[in-house]
Amino acid sequence: MDKLTQLGSDMVTLWSKYHDMYLDGIANTLILAVVATAIGCLIGFVCGILQTIPYTKSDSVFKRFFLKLIRVLVRVYVEVFRGTPMILQAVFIFFGLPYFTDNALQFTNMWTVSILVVSINTGAYMAESVRGGIISVDPGQTEGAKAIGMNHFQTMLYVILPQALRNILPQIGNNFIINIKDTSVMFIIGFTEFFATHKAVVGASYRYFPSAAIEMIGYLTMTLLASFILRYIEKKMDGSSSYDLAQADALTMAGGTYNHPNRGTPFDERNPEGVKSMLREELRRQAEMEEARQKGRQVEAHQGRHQSTTDSRGE
Amino acid sequence: MLNKEILQVNHLSKSFGTHQVLKDIDFTVKKGDVTSIIGASGSGKSTLLRCINLLETPTSGEIFFQGEDIRHRKGGASAYRAKVGMVFQSFNLFNNMTVLENCVVGQTKVLKKGKKEAEETAMKFLTKVGMAPYINAKPRQISGGQKQRVAIARALAMNPDVLLFDEPTSALDPEMVGEVLSVMRDLAADGLTMLVVTHEMAFARDVSNRVVFMRDGVIWEDASPEELFSNPQREETKEFLSRFMER
Repeated sequence: MDKLTQLGSDMVTLWSKYHDMYLDGIANTLILAVVATAIGCLIGFVCGILQTIPYTKSDSVFKRFFLKLIRVLVRVYVEVFRGTPMILQAVFIFFGLPYFTDNALQFTNMWTVSILVVSINTGAYMAESVRGGIISVDPGQTEGAKAIGMNHFQTMLYVILPQALRNILPQIGNNFIINIKDTSVMFIIGFTEFFATHKAVVGASYRYFPSAAIEMIGYLTMTLLASFILRYIEKKMDGSSSYDLAQADALTMAGGTYNHPNRGTPFDERNPEGVKSMLREELRRQAEMEEARQKGRQVEAHQGRHQSTTDSRGE
Repeated sequence: MLNKEILQVNHLSKSFGTHQVLKDIDFTVKKGDVTSIIGASGSGKSTLLRCINLLETPTSGEIFFQGEDIRHRKGGASAYRAKVGMVFQSFNLFNNMTVLENCVVGQTKVLKKGKKEAEETAMKFLTKVGMAPYINAKPRQISGGQKQRVAIARALAMNPDVLLFDEPTSALDPEMVGEVLSVMRDLAADGLTMLVVTHEMAFARDVSNRVVFMRDGVIWEDASPEELFSNPQREETKEFLSRFMER
């Protein structure tokens, strides 16, 4: 318990001293994650469309070769960037450019290189997700679009991709959350995101664990918020489960104009006078019946005495 | 314009691998014809329709649309399909769009019409098929018969020269078949050129002016409905029809 109190006060001390740095780090992490996920999705969609352009044997050799080449290139891109660690990709690209250009070209802006690395990494994952999303849309949708004269591009843009997007939205959310966390490896090339803040704070204060605890809470807050927002977007995209009739159709029209046969009669429940008179009628009828029953009993009892002397039902 | 040939199919064959589904089909459709194609499952009826629409690529043979070879027509397959409507067994309405959007998107994106004009045309045909009240509904919210009526309106909104129906009532519950057939009956009365693959013998007999019986990938008999139903010339046609009438 002492330790927890200690941790709490340490965290408060750290936060009050360095909260500007932490908040800057959070902002940088979020901006990088949002931008890179968006660009990554775009890359994924482009790759997905390119990979699914259909070709048949009757197409020209050039077209078939070109489409096959595209598929191979996308394949290579996906395998390379999905199959190597992002931290290494960052280093590879950051130092690769000056190496190949003899320092003529260098990344001077950390944002450019960070967005570039995270985007193409996300794009590699998204390319596969989009391909899966496109395949998962019923082939009938493509046929329906073709049948009204849409070309491949129009079919994709207006019919298939909106549905594929809905199908892969959970995947995009996954990638977004992964990016919030994994942009932390960008500290390796000096990008000051949230985790880099931790290193800077620790270097100045030597309070490793309290700072790590702040980081844990910070990341968890970001990711929880992200999944909440994504769920909300999913719900929005699904739209309302009901719809309005643009005009009443013939059958629903009848609903308001129909008259119940009892209307205005004593049996109409909406007519208070009618109900009262109906109640009076009912009471009178019950009284009559009761009277008749009494009479019947008397008759029965009378007859009973004549028929059997052991009859115990009589009063 | 009447009696002008709108579609001409010459020596059409289609194979899937080693299995030959269509064998040297010759076939013409004149303007205003309502042609029913009947036959057992697997006889190649749907494949013929899908080849005419280029959803399947014919293995050999040629198809002329208004005198032009469809493979070498300006604008390619897409432009051709815009002139030849198709109604599918499984409706194939766009799930991401409302009923109205389904009937508008082809006009605005393919025919490049303005939104207002497209919506007016869409409403005209949606009213015709009795689906005007449902323009705000998504396809998943309406019944099979209603979906098919929307699909017909979508095809009509493209103002096609010929409309192909691929077993339009086969996926429907029995009580919904009537509403779709009655819409098709209206269209036939309006003089629309229709090519209908169907198992509805009553429709073929009463509405079409020509019935084609297919068997094993060839056109076995091609006659007026009166002749084909009351006096079939070939034994196989007789057998098929008697099997159907027993059910």
